[in-house]
Amino acid sequence: MARELLKGNEAIAEAAIRAGLQAYFGYPITPQTELLEWMAHRMPELGRAFVQAESELGAINMVYGAACTGARVMTSSSSPGISLMMEGLSYIAATEVPAVLVDVMRGGPGLGNIAPAQSDYNQMVHGGGHGDYHTIVLAPATIQEAIDLTVLAFDLAEKYRSIAVVLLDGSLGQMMEPAELPPMRPVRQTFPAWAATGAAGRERNVLTSIYLDPPKEEEANLRLLRRWQEIQANEVRFREYFMEDARFVVVGFGSAGRVALSAVRQARAEGIPVGLLRPISLSPFPTRQIAALCERAEAFLVVEMNAGQMLEDVRLAVNGKRPVEFYGRMGGVMPFPDEILGEIRRLAAGEASFEGHPRDRWLQRLTGSN
Amino acid sequence: MVVEQIVPEEIVYQRPRSLVECATHYCPGCTHGVAHRIIAEVIDEMGLREHTIGVASVGCSVFAYNYFDFDWVQAPHGRAPAMATGVKRVLPDRMVITYQGDGDMASIGMTEVVHAAARGENITVFFINNANYGMTGGQMAPTTLPGQKTTSSPHGRDVELAGYPIRASELLATLEGAAYVVRRSLHDPKNIRLAKKAVRTALEVQRQGLGFSMVEMLSICPTNWGMSPNQALQWLAEKMIPYYPVGDYRVSPSVAQLKV
Amino acid sequence: MQTEIIIAGFGGQGVLFAGQLLAYAAMDEGREVTWIPSYGPEMRGGTANCTVIIADEEIGSPLVRHPAAVIAMNLPSLDKYEALIQPGGVLVVNASMVNRKPARGDLRAVMVPGNEIAEAMGDRRMTNMVLLGALLVNLPVLPVEAVERALEAHLPARHHRLLPLNFQCLRKGAEFVAETVR
Repeated sequence: MARELLKGNEAIAEAAIRAGLQAYFGYPITPQTELLEWMAHRMPELGRAFVQAESELGAINMVYGAACTGARVMTSSSSPGISLMMEGLSYIAATEVPAVLVDVMRGGPGLGNIAPAQSDYNQMVHGGGHGDYHTIVLAPATIQEAIDLTVLAFDLAEKYRSIAVVLLDGSLGQMMEPAELPPMRPVRQTFPAWAATGAAGRERNVLTSIYLDPPKEEEANLRLLRRWQEIQANEVRFREYFMEDARFVVVGFGSAGRVALSAVRQARAEGIPVGLLRPISLSPFPTRQIAALCERAEAFLVVEMNAGQMLEDVRLAVNGKRPVEFYGRMGGVMPFPDEILGEIRRLAAGEASFEGHPRDRWLQRLTGSN
Repeated sequence: MVVEQIVPEEIVYQRPRSLVECATHYCPGCTHGVAHRIIAEVIDEMGLREHTIGVASVGCSVFAYNYFDFDWVQAPHGRAPAMATGVKRVLPDRMVITYQGDGDMASIGMTEVVHAAARGENITVFFINNANYGMTGGQMAPTTLPGQKTTSSPHGRDVELAGYPIRASELLATLEGAAYVVRRSLHDPKNIRLAKKAVRTALEVQRQGLGFSMVEMLSICPTNWGMSPNQALQWLAEKMIPYYPVGDYRVSPSVAQLKV
Repeated sequence: MQTEIIIAGFGGQGVLFAGQLLAYAAMDEGREVTWIPSYGPEMRGGTANCTVIIADEEIGSPLVRHPAAVIAMNLPSLDKYEALIQPGGVLVVNASMVNRKPARGDLRAVMVPGNEIAEAMGDRRMTNMVLLGALLVNLPVLPVEAVERALEAHLPARHHRLLPLNFQCLRKGAEFVAETVR
């Protein structure tokens, strides 16, 4: 297949279709609407299911229903819409049915704005719905990665009977880059044995999230947890840049990660031995890999388009062994590389600190410079 | 000792194949059992057991899936019509039913049912209206009658503060996508027979792909109403039916031509 | 090594399309490229802009504070972006829509009466092509021919009758060689 110039939202939609998507349910919200529009056009033409739901609540429960048949199914939304979907996500996780969710994040909290942000990290990675459950969260930084991770999301969701989330910010959804789409996979014609498809010639299947008997519910929780351990062992993904001799490490995901790449290149040009670790699976998080870096890294810098959400996971991984600094932009503002370069220079100048919390130090620098 | 031989032909009444052989958790006298039975009978009669997927709701009927012997999924509170939409769109040749109470469908799930009906979603909703929230212990529902005492309207529903009950069938009947919307009552054998016939029509509507169908069934809740089952049946006939008249609220032209 | 271009103007001036065309041309030449539209309240504010980055390696940030080149199709765009261009960068101004010349002396700037030229060529909607031609002759990132090939390859067939006019407008714009303003 040749490279095509593709817009993030549309590339994800087409990648999902080529991965054998059988049903899409969604509700319009900027900045992911092109994804829904692409589905509205393509799914019916392929004889597959498309419904514009009455709300995100409706959409996620349609996904829930379709997922119970074992079909490849997805929805997409943006931050406020994802908040509304949290009920369904908890139920889907508890029922152990596979589903894919795309979250094209925007500025918040509240109605916020339609500009790019990464402030759904906690809601997706640490669970916004009730109960003990985990979702697989994959964070692309390029259109090609968005395509590849969308396809992977379906495979992982089915392998682990789990929710797989593709988490990106609005800038990647709206951006165009050359990328290659995968070949069209045939739509699966069979249904898994556990699915609710009509009890023809077999015992009935009942898919539920209720375990009224507490020991049974505990057992279900343990089953989810063990599966999560398996996912943690097998599905950690990340990418490293300039790490061979790095004494300073920048950690950033998605768009913040790629902005940081520009800054790291500029810092390298200045002779600063800095590298970039870009987590691709935010959940499971590359905790062990970051912990291992403490052996040779002098200090870490976490860059995010939020107030320091992944920061806490990096701090847990570093576990006080090295200083961690933070730089963030919020509310839909994307950082420019020079802002991050300034932070890298601070690290190189030995200004990284153990004192207090990195977020507090960042806020102090922020207000001090304003 | 006289041994009587029972030949199969003599069985005139037995558990429908579509009902599981077990005791239900419903209170004595509750009409959920009646509703379950007529639905199961119709599914048997139409030969649909192996092709039906039920969507259970939240409320007393939350465990409906324990009693019907076919595939079920369990929806979050009020979302059964959305979930049913998801199932039906992937499996359009299967029968998809929801079984919802009045709190589930007419309060928290009003959006989902209205839009499923508006889309003409080819599903069947069985709507059990017993004028209160049964599962949580008899609170005021959107269907609680004016003046009716519940645990959350202890002095009787005050319409000045709590507004008026919602007539869901009449409301849904205004939607073009709805093909068959009727109200029946489960308070006596004659009405139960009429209800069963409506269940049959509704499922036939779905089988033929004619659009959204709903059968509202007026039901009793003796425990939470604080009445004996007989008193409750009488109360339904005397108090509920005047506010919720039994009748056909929407029968689309294509449904009118159906021979059931 | 990368080259960053911002194209800015009013909505309807073909700003986003000109940027996409550049991106297509870069892709077809085997380069790495990003195209990102203006994002945020401006989307509905009557002005539009996009950033195109062309590079030979994986592109980091899709946005830059200081671009190598700017096409300013109206006065607000000139006012906003002139100060941000890298020293020695290229500034192409749609002279038809501004009432002043660039003020900076460290740029290679060129004033192109885009609207008049496009109108004279027969279609005012081609203003963006005229200015794109002027950009490419002054910025060694892609040859004009690459953009022409991209038009031919990616313009839907139903618009192919417009190809000759597009080419003419690109070429006309390419006659405007920038000089350092001083």
